[in-house]
Amino acid sequence: MSSRKSKSNNLIHTEYLSQNERDRPRVAERRQRETADPRQNVQRILRERFCHQSSHSNLFGVQVQYKHLIELLKRTAIHGESNSVLIIGPRGSGKTMLINHALKELMEVEDVSENVLQVHLNGLLQINDKIALKEITRQLNLENVVGDKVFGSFAENLSFILEALKKGDRTSSCPVIFILDEFDLFAHHRNQTLLYNLFDISQSAQTPIAVIGLTCRLDILELLEKRVKSRFSHRQMHLMNSFGFPQYLKIFKEQLSLPTEFPDKLFAEKWNENVQCLSEDKSVQEVLQKHFNISKSLRSLHMLLMLALSRVTTSHPFITAADLMEANQLCSMDSKANIVHGLSVLEICLIIAMKHLNDIYEEEPFNFQMVYNEFQKFVQRKAHSVYNFEKPVVMKAFEHLQQLELIRPVERTSVNAQREYQLMKLLLDNTQIMNALQKYPNCPTDVRQWATSSLSWL
Amino acid sequence: MSHVENVVLCRESQVSTLQSLFGERHHFSFPSIFIYGHTASGKTYVTQTLLKTLELPHVFVNCVECFTLKLLLEQILNRLNYLSSSEDGCSTQITCDTFNDFVRLFKQVTKAKSLKDQTVYIVLDKAEYLRDMEANILPGFLRLQELTDRNVTVIFLSEIIWEKFRPNTGCFEPFVLYFPDYSIGNLQKILSHDHPPEYSADFYAAYINILLGVFYTVCRDLKELRHLAVLNFPKYCEPVVKGEAGERDTRKLWRNIEPHLKKAMQTVYLREISSSQWEKLQKDDTDPEQLEGLSAYTHVELPYYSKFILIAAYLASYNPSRTDKRFFLKHHGKIKKTNFLKKHEKTSNHLLGPKLFPLDRLLAILYSIVDSRVAPTANIFSQDGEL
Repeated sequence: MSSRKSKSNNLIHTEYLSQNERDRPRVAERRQRETADPRQNVQRILRERFCHQSSHSNLFGVQVQYKHLIELLKRTAIHGESNSVLIIGPRGSGKTMLINHALKELMEVEDVSENVLQVHLNGLLQINDKIALKEITRQLNLENVVGDKVFGSFAENLSFILEALKKGDRTSSCPVIFILDEFDLFAHHRNQTLLYNLFDISQSAQTPIAVIGLTCRLDILELLEKRVKSRFSHRQMHLMNSFGFPQYLKIFKEQLSLPTEFPDKLFAEKWNENVQCLSEDKSVQEVLQKHFNISKSLRSLHMLLMLALSRVTTSHPFITAADLMEANQLCSMDSKANIVHGLSVLEICLIIAMKHLNDIYEEEPFNFQMVYNEFQKFVQRKAHSVYNFEKPVVMKAFEHLQQLELIRPVERTSVNAQREYQLMKLLLDNTQIMNALQKYPNCPTDVRQWATSSLSWL
Repeated sequence: MSHVENVVLCRESQVSTLQSLFGERHHFSFPSIFIYGHTASGKTYVTQTLLKTLELPHVFVNCVECFTLKLLLEQILNRLNYLSSSEDGCSTQITCDTFNDFVRLFKQVTKAKSLKDQTVYIVLDKAEYLRDMEANILPGFLRLQELTDRNVTVIFLSEIIWEKFRPNTGCFEPFVLYFPDYSIGNLQKILSHDHPPEYSADFYAAYINILLGVFYTVCRDLKELRHLAVLNFPKYCEPVVKGEAGERDTRKLWRNIEPHLKKAMQTVYLREISSSQWEKLQKDDTDPEQLEGLSAYTHVELPYYSKFILIAAYLASYNPSRTDKRFFLKHHGKIKKTNFLKKHEKTSNHLLGPKLFPLDRLLAILYSIVDSRVAPTANIFSQDGEL
């Protein structure tokens, strides 16, 4: 599977057109190669769109916020005004995409691209202020950076940056745009030094900076300290995935369609027609409605589309409704039920014993001894297909359940307590257990009957 | 791909799903894939075989082995460095302390010619241990494609379901793939695959049938079953080797092997004795009753007073202290049956386990149960310490 160089399709088209009759076999071969390449291109383009969040995508439903953001950035970059804003929205609502779009548009303005400096920070990477400061000096390429190494201690770096930023004023220094991703993680640093200093500079008449924070927490302002909160401009933008189902369908169509710049026009037309048919198909709409009801975010839609796209091969050139339904099934599996499906019969018996204990004692924690007692009651009186195993064998099955995290100790394991008497809770509820039993392969009938009956027959 | 299917049995659909997700070398794929399934369901084996056969650039890391962040990150970077500079042979060791440095160094290492334009795969085995490391590691790896802006896919392999990994404030959701457990037919197929060449496949298949019949209700773990199959096969073949039975005398073979397998369940399966002890046992044909398992060490012969102390401790831990007066004094009054007693009749004390008791109470009970006069000497107290 070496990487095939995607030949330019236009070249092949002209060659094909100027072909004469005698070379018919070669025509067929070329036609095959020609149809193979558009598939590669389709996969490449769509995969980049779904997996890599390329910046060609349109903005759905966030036009107003986009306008505000661009205006704010322009005010900092061109007019030298300091600003701070927080962009708040659930995961996958498009915050990073929005800011990247805005920055791209900003950099296209002539006088901006040479003047403005950008610093991208992420709360997952810079886990304390020391690392954050080093990263800022590295990205701004200040004098104490040689190659990649930043010299100096934390206090020195801090004072250096503050000096560099404070010396400027509106007319003579470059505006700096700070983008802080996972902003809520910065609020957990000690004393919130970085945030305090950034907001301080943005309030005083020094180097014009724009501080843009992106976070998924609605209660972000509660996390900020009083002195940091007072220096923040309290400007917030909310991205709330506020589109309805018809618009969701439109987004689905748009995400799957090929752009107009696609080299093979014929293929692109056929593909887009197929996408149009799909979006009008009833079963596809059902699948999308189910998906929409669970999660509105575009990220989950991308996962679904990516799964359907991965089934496209040379022999199966277009996405069908069946592909989408299979992809939906893969996405919405119940994982606990899957795990219970793979347990051995002894472990299933233990789970049923725990279920009965929960029913009798109303969800009070149990220990291994109690479960073993229940199991013995079943085996001695009713079971014909389950052998009466020894206690250590049952204990091994119990520990396997604990390893799979289907049961959990109520408090931390103490060295003093014996393992058999440690209190545990079951992390499955009755409906899950009964559903899993229905699907359990080769379940002995007396085990199944024991599960459904209460212990009144004892 | 038939080569992969020959090597990896009963996993065709998972292999094809993974292959279709990987796509061509330079295509983007999901930023993170989470594969879960029971132990020995083939997650590690399939992923490794597939990546090696397709010759995709990948790094395989076990999170139990690299239990600190520094070890984990350095191993990934050094292996990638080795992959990208395989012509030189010798390259400097990269050191990396924090995730921030990792992202920066990762961007540098993947600029190499042999890794550019291709998807790099990072496979993290036993990923449940990542939850115990620093809080930013798991979300960081889930988003590695976005943070480094490179074509990289991180694959997580784990036994635990994804819902238990999700951090509190949410994270980038990976694609979750399930490796189903093997059905009994699949298990038979895989176990019969490694039959020794001296015997026919049918003979071995019959043996596997018997083995599964005994152990299937208890354990479905492929690794355990293979271990048991290998250990017990010589005993199964014994009648054939000795000439007492032919290969097709299933009843004789069954009668020979059945008590042996039952014994195996109590000993080797529980790791009471080691497999070398078990093999020696089979060869010498000694009486299995003489087996000295691990639990034999808990049966100790105690001196006289220690036995009484043990009994006194048992009584103290299972009887509530109110009833001491009634049981241990010669002249006791009647004890009122209070409501308190009735409420707790449901759960017998034996199920709840032993309770704590003070040392004085233990000694008091001891003095009352031992017939002869017991002097509170240092002997008694020292035996207390030993127990």
